[in-house]
Amino acid sequence: MASIKLHEIAHCYNAGKGAGVDYALKPLNQSWDNGGAYALLGPSGCGKTTLLNIISGLLRPSEGRVLFDEKDITDLTTEQRNIAQVFQFPVVYDTLSVAKNLAFPLQNRGLANDVIERRVAEVLQMLGMQAKANLKARGLNADDKQKISLGRGLVRTDVEAILFDEPLTVIDPHLKWQLRTELKKIHQQFQHTMIYVTHDQTEALTFADKVIVMYEGAIVQIGTPEELFEQPKHTFVGKFIGSPGMNVLPCELQGSDIVVNGNKVALGRPVSVSREDSKGLELGIRPEYVKLSADCGIPVDITGVEDVGKHIVVRSKFHNSDVNIILREGEGIPGNPGLIFEPSKINLYQNSYLVGTV
Amino acid sequence: MVLPVLVLVAFSAIIPLMTVVNYSVQDTFGNNEFFWVGTEWFQELLTSERFHNALQRTLLFSGLVLLIEIPLGIFIALAMPKRGIGVSICLVLMALPLLIPWNVVGTIWQVFGRVDIGLLGHGLAELGIDYNYTQDTFDAWLTLIVMDVWHWTSLVVLLCYSGLVAIPEVYYQAARIDGASRWAVFRYIQLPKIKRVLLIAVLLRFMDSFMIYTEPFVVTGGGPGNATTFLSIDLVQMAVGQFDLGPAAAMSLVYFLIILLVCWVFYTIMTSYDNDEIG
Amino acid sequence: MLELDKVSLSLDGEVFLNDINLTLKRGELNILLGPTLAGKTTLMRVMAGLDKPDRGSIRFDGESVLGVPVQERNIAMVYQQFINYPTLSVYENIASPLKVAGLDKVKIDSRVDQVAGLLRLEEFLDRKPNTLSGGQQQRLALARALVKEAELVILDEPLANLDYKLREELRSELPKLFAESGAVLVYATTEPSEALVLGGNTACMQQGRIEQFGSTLDLYRHPEALQSARTFSDPPLNTVTLSKGKEGLTISGTSQVINLPQQQLIAGKYTMGVRPHHLSLEKCSGIDIEVNGVVTVMEMSGSESFIHFNFNGNDWVALVHGIQNYYSGELVSFYIQPSNIFLFDALDRVRNHNSVEATK
Repeated sequence: MASIKLHEIAHCYNAGKGAGVDYALKPLNQSWDNGGAYALLGPSGCGKTTLLNIISGLLRPSEGRVLFDEKDITDLTTEQRNIAQVFQFPVVYDTLSVAKNLAFPLQNRGLANDVIERRVAEVLQMLGMQAKANLKARGLNADDKQKISLGRGLVRTDVEAILFDEPLTVIDPHLKWQLRTELKKIHQQFQHTMIYVTHDQTEALTFADKVIVMYEGAIVQIGTPEELFEQPKHTFVGKFIGSPGMNVLPCELQGSDIVVNGNKVALGRPVSVSREDSKGLELGIRPEYVKLSADCGIPVDITGVEDVGKHIVVRSKFHNSDVNIILREGEGIPGNPGLIFEPSKINLYQNSYLVGTV
Repeated sequence: MVLPVLVLVAFSAIIPLMTVVNYSVQDTFGNNEFFWVGTEWFQELLTSERFHNALQRTLLFSGLVLLIEIPLGIFIALAMPKRGIGVSICLVLMALPLLIPWNVVGTIWQVFGRVDIGLLGHGLAELGIDYNYTQDTFDAWLTLIVMDVWHWTSLVVLLCYSGLVAIPEVYYQAARIDGASRWAVFRYIQLPKIKRVLLIAVLLRFMDSFMIYTEPFVVTGGGPGNATTFLSIDLVQMAVGQFDLGPAAAMSLVYFLIILLVCWVFYTIMTSYDNDEIG
Repeated sequence: MLELDKVSLSLDGEVFLNDINLTLKRGELNILLGPTLAGKTTLMRVMAGLDKPDRGSIRFDGESVLGVPVQERNIAMVYQQFINYPTLSVYENIASPLKVAGLDKVKIDSRVDQVAGLLRLEEFLDRKPNTLSGGQQQRLALARALVKEAELVILDEPLANLDYKLREELRSELPKLFAESGAVLVYATTEPSEALVLGGNTACMQQGRIEQFGSTLDLYRHPEALQSARTFSDPPLNTVTLSKGKEGLTISGTSQVINLPQQQLIAGKYTMGVRPHHLSLEKCSGIDIEVNGVVTVMEMSGSESFIHFNFNGNDWVALVHGIQNYYSGELVSFYIQPSNIFLFDALDRVRNHNSVEATK
């Protein structure tokens, strides 16, 4: 296991060719602890796969250094870095059996046969594939093939880090759950340094101890799932995390009160926004912390109701803003509905950045 | 809608075939009078030493040629670049030998190998090597095989290259991470993925080399003696040279059936691969 | 209206569709829900006329369409991969079905503008598809389908290749987009949550068979078979085997009695199913069923926690609100309201109908 440090890393796919530097990955510094579970979360094109490939060595960064345990390994090839990577699409050696597929990385490193056999048996059990151990990989379905890919990444116990590049994309929802939980259990048991790239926030938030949210080549926020949920530092993070994401409403500072389109909103704490510059103020509140009450609160028009089984999503419109509310199963919508925001859960944003409170 | 195709196939294939079948079961004393002899020609053919020798020579030639061209083709395809300007250059170079008319290929090598004026023949003679393809059996075979390799390896290269290029990059990345050696990458990733294309290459090369006529005819004419008289050359000698229509027709039918058999074998193998993949 | 009657399709000994009976009405969103290889794509191809079934009949508005080539049916299909004409501009892509139909330029212009507006593609009209993002390309494919005013619109997991957030966006837009077209809409997906958000009617498919068909919410709250309950569960359904004996319903292998209404049940094995979000950490009433287990893994996702625990040898998962802190190995107790429990008999048929009433 290793701690990973990125020092002034940046990457440009067309470096040195012609005018204009187009950074796929803007200059960043980042440290990852030994044994931690991290997720790189962001929309397509945000640079997360680029970052992952720089760590694994499949991509050489245009600028900066990569360090494993304080050793500079930027010039080392992928094989020399001793990492494992699991890709989005199943990669299996068709002509080998499942067991031989899992044994392949160990054989290439010259381990003893009995060690290999034992380790392969352990991983087969982890994945629930003991029955298929001797079947040829070629004839299996996509789920099984991806499990084999996963298994090849886990079979080496001495890896510095295990990197996952959206590995559950091709898997059906039911199996996705099982595999995710398996990965979490494996991390708990073996404490590998694991870095998981995804655009699915549920995957990221349930798997990782710390989530790194990325957007357009830059890191926007790093924090635990709870921090990202309760205190997103940027409205992008607020909207990206949560299903549906955070509601963002333009507001104004009037005296010492926050006012949304003429409606006063109680914050329950002092506002630390400078009075001289109170433009670009927005109020952020998650649908989970919005309640509907009859005849009081901010009046809204209900535009839609979606029953998702475990909760109900109510879509409403307030002037030009869309506000989403989450109700528990069985809760009803009152007549003349008005929005009530939970004061302690309101975040204030100025020019899209979180304003410090007290 | 299907009629024009039927007419075309009828004229170019079925009717001529029927004519051959017709000839193969008849004999003539001349004057266009034919009488039925049944399977006499076939029996004579299948027991004739001449036929068996020609068949053996053809099979030997095909075997040798496949043995050299397939591995060589794979090797060159592996060495070819996958990106950049080199790709176009290599593809053009590989395509060139395939574009030359076959009798011209034969003529090139015929002249090339001549001891008096050919670059190769004269050069070898100057170096003191005893080389003469018109008189020495071994030299004749060597010349024909080298010529065929030069002419047709490109086909194998192009087919294998197209198969290799289709392999997603992610497989190579995974292999690097698994620490696989170059040989392991070839054996476990590249070879399985180009298996079907390779099978097509083997089938095409076998058929073409089994039927080969123009090039050896131009270079050696079947000589020295009958050292390079392959089945096709023998057949033409019989039909056109000796005007033995009956035996010739019988032989061409047997020839046809052998090729059909080989194709069927390949077809069965290929479709069994398909079923493997789906299942 | 599209009616399928006893439709079956096999190939090389493998059964792809097994006795499909469906009636799909116009103007409603009909969802095919099931895992990969359940037969959704095959069924849609048969509906479109791209494949012929071995047996059965297909009627559209009363007339048989079996054997009618797909070019003569008025159909639009949207695929998982963003399929657009790569050499045509966005405008030309949307206009292509109209050009084929022979409309004049003025009409084509106004239709294209209208549809482009609905899908927010107005500013991209002269761009080529490969310069657009994934979400925009798929919206282009949807525009092409919408502009055709087809009678049967088939969407085969159209959002599967999109990012999570994009998927959310488009998902809310889709029903509104096609609502006024008056066509028969068929939508395939593997995600239960998607089916729930889209609403309409759902057919649960498994191995070429339709397990159940009905209004989506109805299916969710009142599954008729274990398989339907499972298909519609994300996270997976928690199940445990029960035995009915002299003492009543007990958990197989233990003496824990489950107090459920069980008058009509005969002796034998039953399966109890509970959805993860019906497991509560607090006891609500005296008749709540108690379930105890050992925590194996905790997953926190911001506003909710997934507590994985071992209950009698079964892997169960509970979805609770808020951040909880349990350690692996800790004992945990959950309480379930009896009305939230499904009971299935040995043939996997549901035996109790006292599930939660759907909020209409």
